[in-house]
Amino acid sequence: MNHDSYPDTYIRGILNTVKTVAMVGFSPNTTRPSYFVFKYLLERGFKVIPINPGQAGKEFLGQTCYAALNDVPEPIDMVDIFRASEHVMPIVEDALKLQPKPQVIWTQLTVRNDEAAAVAEAAGLKVVMNRCPKIEYGRLSSEISWMGINSRTLSNKRAQNLGGGFQRMGLGEAGGKKND
Amino acid sequence: MADAERIPGFDTLAIHAGAKPDPTTGARATPIYQTASYVFDDVDHAASLFGLQAFGNIYTRIGNPTCAVLEERVAALEGGTAGLAVASGHAAQVLVMQALLMPGDEFIASRKLYGGSINQFNHAFKSFGWNVVWADPDDISSFERAVTPKTKAIFVESIANPGGTVTDLEPIGAIARKAGVPFIVDNTLATPYLCKPIDFGADIVVHSLTKFLGGHGNSIGGIIIDAGTFNWSRDKKYPMLCEPRPEYAGIVLHETFGNFAFAIACRVLGLRDLGPALSPFNAFLISTGIETLPLRMQRHCDNALAVADFLSTHPNVAWVSYGGLAGDKYHGLAKKYVPKGCGAVMTVGLKGGYDAGVKLVSNVKLFSHLANIGDTKSLIIHPASTTHRQLSDEQKTKAGAGPDVVRLSIGIEDKADIIADLDQGLRA
Ligand SMILES: Cc1ncc(COP(=O)(O)O)c(C=O)c1O
Repeated sequence: MNHDSYPDTYIRGILNTVKTVAMVGFSPNTTRPSYFVFKYLLERGFKVIPINPGQAGKEFLGQTCYAALNDVPEPIDMVDIFRASEHVMPIVEDALKLQPKPQVIWTQLTVRNDEAAAVAEAAGLKVVMNRCPKIEYGRLSSEISWMGINSRTLSNKRAQNLGGGFQRMGLGEAGGKKND
Repeated sequence: MADAERIPGFDTLAIHAGAKPDPTTGARATPIYQTASYVFDDVDHAASLFGLQAFGNIYTRIGNPTCAVLEERVAALEGGTAGLAVASGHAAQVLVMQALLMPGDEFIASRKLYGGSINQFNHAFKSFGWNVVWADPDDISSFERAVTPKTKAIFVESIANPGGTVTDLEPIGAIARKAGVPFIVDNTLATPYLCKPIDFGADIVVHSLTKFLGGHGNSIGGIIIDAGTFNWSRDKKYPMLCEPRPEYAGIVLHETFGNFAFAIACRVLGLRDLGPALSPFNAFLISTGIETLPLRMQRHCDNALAVADFLSTHPNVAWVSYGGLAGDKYHGLAKKYVPKGCGAVMTVGLKGGYDAGVKLVSNVKLFSHLANIGDTKSLIIHPASTTHRQLSDEQKTKAGAGPDVVRLSIGIEDKADIIADLDQGLRA
């Protein structure tokens, strides 16, 4: 995978497939980006598991926080990493020891480690780096367009309401057709 | 699109960018969301919106789905990451500078600007403690010499109003980069159809949408485009972007919103607190106008070049200032920055001086005598007897508005009719 630019189909495919996301580097501070993403993905129907050794055992928005990936008692589809680039490799190594293995390693904006990405890809995982799943979800669902953001997508189909409110959009299109 | 990774062309973006069918009704034209406010899904949703944790609509002073279509469309056409539409071009300039400057700071601006911007910078902005330092676009080194530790931005127009002169964007952008400040380009006269300043180093693009983008002289509007290129956190010079914001419980906008943080800052701090929101009805008219921008703009340029050619050999005309003319001082820059044409605005010097100017604006039958540019209709103004009336002759000449000068904004009527009208007006 070329990690400088990802096709929308690749990102959409990932966000449409994964259900359980473990968030390494989760901050309980409600103004930090990781908390924004945590809350947003929960509201969009993902199961999000916070990982932070200093907060282990506590609950945030009903989700139990764990100290490390291998403490999580259920299968993880995607590991979302909110740590500086130099800390990514050991997290990927931990992720690869999980049974079953996660399908996706995702690192946040400004976080990129090509070596770690190569290790994950060699083990059959998909990798996304230097992107935010909240922004990507918002972009591909059209929600982000409400903020005047260039979603870099055109469509002749209307966006699909996710239900549970007016301002919550899904990743498919009205009529049930998925866009990839 | 069927082929998801195909990059759409400019004309396609002008029509489709931002405007998917309405999610609720399927309406294919962009609906005019003429509402002040929006019902929250629930208390938690309201909290998420106010805390900037969710994307969505709260109140039309901060955002509106019709305005959002316009924002995304212009952002796509300029190749930016995001846009913020506001009540006027002048309001866009206020919000940009308010996000960048603290009282006592400086910004460098080209001397060759729309007269209203020169006024805004010299008077209103100075009263806020935002100090303009003027530089000469004909002497690029004057920008470099103007840089001080207080400099927070550099501002130019791509094609300058009124003389149809072209600014050498690339070297000025390089000076901004070296100084570690954003390069702001007012792209009103060129529009992204003729020039995309982001390709030449702009970090922020502003427009008066009132002109060619809206294109029909029916709405006042402005827009700010974030190129997504500037690193707001590097030198810690921009507290609105790189420091915890007390307005939002300590959120740091750059770390939270990445490469569209500037547009968000202008929205959630500038627009929210200063308030110059665009009406959704104006946004509808302007985005409808943009659908035909490529067709109109080419016609504007073709007509303007024919008019400039005609006037440059007219017996009653002393000179024509239009970068599109082969012999013009700015023609080399025009070929580089606006190869499809140099826009529709030019100034013309009349041999008969002040009286000839007054006579021409009185005698024309097709041209409208008014203070605007960028309409489908051809427009004319004699600055010395109108917008620049209060200045001395010397001040008028310095501002490019000497007693002999008329400004034209060439419309998209038949060019033979435009030329015939000027000819009869000049000879009458
Ligand atoms: C180049 C330029 N910038 C800014 C403005 C100001 O825009 P508005 O009149 O929409 O406030 C104008 C208006 O004439 C203009 O020509």
